[in-house]
Amino acid sequence: MDGQKTRTFSLTSIAEWFGSTLGQIIVAIVVPVVTFIVMWRGFIFLRDGDAPKLIIALVAIIWGVGGVALIYFVTNWLIERLPPRWTERLQPFLFVGPAMAILFWYLAIPTIRTFILSLKDRTGQEFVGLQNYAAVFTDRLMTIAFRNNLLWIVVGASLSVVFGLLVAILADRSRFENFAKSMIFLPMAISMVGAGVIWNFIYEVKEAGAAQIGLLNAIWVALGNEPQAWTAFNQPWNNLFLIVILIWMQTGFAMVIFSAAIKGIPNELIEAARVDGATEVQIFFRIMIPYIMGTIITVSTTIVIFTLKIFDIVWVMTGGQFGTHVIATQFYRQAFTNQNKGYAAAVAIILVLAVVPVMIYNLRQFAEEEAF
Amino acid sequence: MKSSKRENLIRDIIINGTLLLLVLLWTIPTLGIFISSFRTRFNIQTSGWWTVFPHKEWQLVEELDIPEGTDPDGVMNIAGATGTFDEFREGIITEDGRQVIWSGNKALGTIRIKEKRWDFLPELTLNNYGQVLAGKTYEIQTADGDTMTVQGDNFLGAFLNSLTVSIPATIIPILIAAFAAYGFAWMNFPGRKLFFITVVALLVVPLQIALVPILRDYVKLDLNGTFLAIWLAHTGFGLPLATYLLFNYIKGLPRDILESAFIDGASHFTIFLRLILPLSVPALASFAIFQFLWVWNDYLVALVFIGAKPDVQVMTMRIAALVGSRGSDWHLLTAGAFISMILPLIVFFSLQRYFVRGLLAGSVKG
Repeated sequence: MDGQKTRTFSLTSIAEWFGSTLGQIIVAIVVPVVTFIVMWRGFIFLRDGDAPKLIIALVAIIWGVGGVALIYFVTNWLIERLPPRWTERLQPFLFVGPAMAILFWYLAIPTIRTFILSLKDRTGQEFVGLQNYAAVFTDRLMTIAFRNNLLWIVVGASLSVVFGLLVAILADRSRFENFAKSMIFLPMAISMVGAGVIWNFIYEVKEAGAAQIGLLNAIWVALGNEPQAWTAFNQPWNNLFLIVILIWMQTGFAMVIFSAAIKGIPNELIEAARVDGATEVQIFFRIMIPYIMGTIITVSTTIVIFTLKIFDIVWVMTGGQFGTHVIATQFYRQAFTNQNKGYAAAVAIILVLAVVPVMIYNLRQFAEEEAF
Repeated sequence: MKSSKRENLIRDIIINGTLLLLVLLWTIPTLGIFISSFRTRFNIQTSGWWTVFPHKEWQLVEELDIPEGTDPDGVMNIAGATGTFDEFREGIITEDGRQVIWSGNKALGTIRIKEKRWDFLPELTLNNYGQVLAGKTYEIQTADGDTMTVQGDNFLGAFLNSLTVSIPATIIPILIAAFAAYGFAWMNFPGRKLFFITVVALLVVPLQIALVPILRDYVKLDLNGTFLAIWLAHTGFGLPLATYLLFNYIKGLPRDILESAFIDGASHFTIFLRLILPLSVPALASFAIFQFLWVWNDYLVALVFIGAKPDVQVMTMRIAALVGSRGSDWHLLTAGAFISMILPLIVFFSLQRYFVRGLLAGSVKG
């Protein structure tokens, strides 16, 4: 009798404990940690193993995807065994916990860790105050990187938006709209590394007199000029030849979004303007542009943020030589080539600071929505 | 009435003409490497890829000995062309459209006569793909005339690695984000709003912020160079957008479905698996394409987290390495780049509708 009482008591207290905030947090952390440990051991085993490549690939995919799914199933099974009250309290943390844990581990906490690191010396041992930031803003290579990034944003982002808008509007009135849009959109599917190869080939230079195999030099020489190494000489204008690649890739993105926005303009509005005798140009500037202004701002912001972090194109095309460094390539060089962690962290923090206005805007938008 | 018809026609021509020009400009770069990937190493190096199209080219039609008694130091008259030795060396074009060239030096030479003829049949080959995929060898002529045998590259392994990285790095974040999105949309728990604000705030954070700290964690955990390391990294960087997009979608599903399912005694987990996941397929597909292309095309994350392990290298890393070490081996580069594009292009063309929908759902990613 006495024993049974104790047992019921201990069961409830365990359940109680699980239902407490502390218990909820612990469940939320334990699930991903267990997943992680199981998969981690498996992967070190796989990495050090010597099986044929295809087998490793297959096992890895099944293990990875299956493992994550399994953890959810098992934990849910455990939670549903608990008294309903506790199930109800714990289940949300099974749903949301893993995502939050990963977000904190991979983005939220690193932001703080990188900030602390940016106040330390190159090995991350001793605090040096704001020295890294002072160095970042006075370093000649870094100033060039800032200037170049500005050039990328001003020229690259704005031309992507302009071309995107142009194509969207032309395609809207054309008979081969879908074909044209697909072709302009296609570079979006290509990696920036692949795009680097494509454009390196366009810019390829051979000595004067030899047949030029790069398209640009072939045209340039046919017009009676000397062949040029486009991405290497004439600094800082050589940056423009790299920026062309960004425009080539991002125009498709801008176009798709603008195209949808234009189709959303009520037809009556445009017809009415036509009846009143407005020209096409007037319709474009007085009706279409104001109507899709919100979309233009969103697209511009997205492309600017993308351009701010541009890395692959520069790294593959020039490796930052010939005065083409940008912020992200400087970050990479400092962090992994020079092993100057403190300096690199300061560069990364500057990148984050640059997007803070957008972050605040997003949060405001979110706060205004009443849905949550 | 008639003039407005003409105006319309002119407008049509201007619109379609400009559009066609833009399409051409946008397509030619890709076309260039696509065509080049089928040309031999020698042809790529000595003539532009556009020469595969039918074009007129000087072709040798006759080779003559130097006529007896020609004085190379004066003005000569050979095969209907008149000029000095230097002019003949450059090639003289006669009135009937033939080119007469002195080949060799003054003492020992021949006269070559060329005519412009149509070249219809380009020389194409699949060898580049064999060399870049399976490491087949190829021969090159060095400057002093020797032949050298060079090993191709092993892109097949890199292709498999890219698949092994991309598939789980697409599915895992979607699964985790779908659970979270359901939780945020239809469950009540303390901290719900605060957590979601975190998600929104992290939407635009550049991933550069995480590279150094995460690399440290990976070194401590001995995770570097494993597939798990890179899946988790891509999961982490893709999660804010995935959660945000899926939340918006799942929140919009009719609430009565949920309530009637509850009355029938279904649990959250069952509702999620049986009802919400199937209903969310369009949103899941949109994000899946987005994430797959992003991971497949990623270079930076792979470079940082698997850079040190050559046998785990993905496609983009192999190509970048090839650009660095063999930048003028265009036959390998073009074929390799094209192989890396095949899968994204297939995904892109077959699922374009979903992809566009995903983009439209709002995409500001860090």
